[in-house]
Amino acid sequence: MRHFSSSFAHSYGQDMALLRTRTQWLLLVVFLAFIFTVPRWASNSFLTLATVIGITIVSAQGLNILTGNCGLVSMGHSAFMMVGGYAMAILTSQLGLPFVLAVPVAGLVAGVVGTIFGLPSLRIKGFYLIMATVAAYFIIHWLVLQFRQLTGGTEGMALPPADLFGWSIRSRENYFYVVIVTAIIATLVAKNILRTRIGRAFVAIRDNDLAAEAMGVNLFRYKLQAFFLGNIFAGVAGALSVQYYAFANVEQFPFFDSVWLLGMLIVGGMGSVSGVIYGVIAIKLLQQLAVKIGPSLAEIVNPQAAVGLSLILPSIAIILFLIFAPRGISHLWERVRNYYQLWPY
Amino acid sequence: MSHTTVQVQNVSLSFGGVKALTDVSITVSSDEIFAIIGPNGAGKTALLNCISGFYRPQVGEVYLYGKKITGLRPDRIARLGIARTFQNIGLYTGLSTLDNIMAARHVFMKQNFLTSALYFGWSRKEEIAHRKTVEEIIDFLEMQSIRKQIVGTLPYGLRKRVELGRALALEPKVLLLDEPMAGMTLEEKEDIARFILDVFEGQGDTYPDSPVLRDGVRSIVMIEHDMGVVMDLADRIAVLNFGRKIAEGTPAQIQSDPDVIKAYLGEPGQPG
Repeated sequence: MRHFSSSFAHSYGQDMALLRTRTQWLLLVVFLAFIFTVPRWASNSFLTLATVIGITIVSAQGLNILTGNCGLVSMGHSAFMMVGGYAMAILTSQLGLPFVLAVPVAGLVAGVVGTIFGLPSLRIKGFYLIMATVAAYFIIHWLVLQFRQLTGGTEGMALPPADLFGWSIRSRENYFYVVIVTAIIATLVAKNILRTRIGRAFVAIRDNDLAAEAMGVNLFRYKLQAFFLGNIFAGVAGALSVQYYAFANVEQFPFFDSVWLLGMLIVGGMGSVSGVIYGVIAIKLLQQLAVKIGPSLAEIVNPQAAVGLSLILPSIAIILFLIFAPRGISHLWERVRNYYQLWPY
Repeated sequence: MSHTTVQVQNVSLSFGGVKALTDVSITVSSDEIFAIIGPNGAGKTALLNCISGFYRPQVGEVYLYGKKITGLRPDRIARLGIARTFQNIGLYTGLSTLDNIMAARHVFMKQNFLTSALYFGWSRKEEIAHRKTVEEIIDFLEMQSIRKQIVGTLPYGLRKRVELGRALALEPKVLLLDEPMAGMTLEEKEDIARFILDVFEGQGDTYPDSPVLRDGVRSIVMIEHDMGVVMDLADRIAVLNFGRKIAEGTPAQIQSDPDVIKAYLGEPGQPG
């Protein structure tokens, strides 16, 4: 990172701070102000989109820890969202847990289940691990349908309306605030974990597992910790998602979402915490765009083919990023920033 | 008074039918730079891997300060005080120089999920404390200008230097260096030789926050092909050939050893 000479750090604490210049603080305040006023002016569909983006950011931060930083590619992430979602549904509707308790517990449940499915990661790597996580998705999907007494099977499960310390969060507007605050907390927690001891051990495993071991990193423990941590985020996101619809259903967590989550990491920039936000927004907006322009294209293309457009548009974006900007939007932004900081040189 | 630091006792290692090491024993004492030399494929790196726990010898034992470490996982051995560098550089290419070295402080840090997630307060304080140590290593190895560069973008010579720094951050008692100067220019070699000697001797109170720089390491075990370097730096040398130790002694003894000459130059009177 380059900075103006006027922003030279005078202490290590200052050097490690996330926000170091007045401009960065200003941008953050403007950004937060923008987000928190969304419910005041946004249309219903935009508010829904913004809420879904918020939930997806929570989930993607988890995948970024697991895949982006620890290098363990997981295609089962939406299954662990499903675990969190069903845990949430069972905790609130059958055990009567309040929202504020049920969400973290749902996260922990997904974390524990994720750790169990992470057990093969010590023995298998790369492609084979990917296949194992694909299997994990379908095993969990099957388990949910199998234990219908608990989960309602294909019919799904209804959730009771939620309150937060007596404040009703049933309305879209209020729920949006809950999601956004959770997304901000998730992002901060992810960043803090990744910039300290545990995060460096994760990257060490990703970049060179042999060297990491020679430097005192216990591979097995840390890989499992990555699965645990990453899937807590997935579980929390799943919990937020089912509460939003007041309904839990396997259809809500399709396998394809795992793939899109990986795509979001690629577009945003693998491993980058801020990149997660860019990637999620970019892919979600593209999907929305495809949905919007799909009907108008129905006259030109076969209506059935027009449906596929919502898959094709973001897919093309992912391919283009892989070819032209493999380090994603976050790296592009860094280059822009370096350019204007050096300007006019 | 000198003690034994690393002792390798009658180690044999084979991969299927290939015998990498046959009945090799070395004893390294404290206050000693010990060099392992030998032609390509002689088993030098295999021996280092046996010490650092990557290979588990079928026969024989490895001891550190008299305690058996054979069969321990590499991360356990690292915690006991053996740090190493790799022949073809084992850095975390996506991290900066600073973070590569900080990553090695892992074993001394106590942050957990919760303190890390909160960051402010305890976790931040610990980061700053270890940053001080790491900055001393950066200062010692003259890497201030590349502190925040991603190591994947650094030239070869500097990467080797970062790797040495990362090994030092583990505050090892024994430092294993696998060809620390391979592929370097003369100047770079001289720099590394100076660093090795300075690390070995310790720098006293110049570096108060880094025990290893202050007090020095006890033993250095080094694989190196540059004979000039080996003869100048090493106190004792072991020569391996086809997985067997064929000689051991001071540089002067090794230089005049007929077996060593035969291994390096071939039998007199035979063509090729």
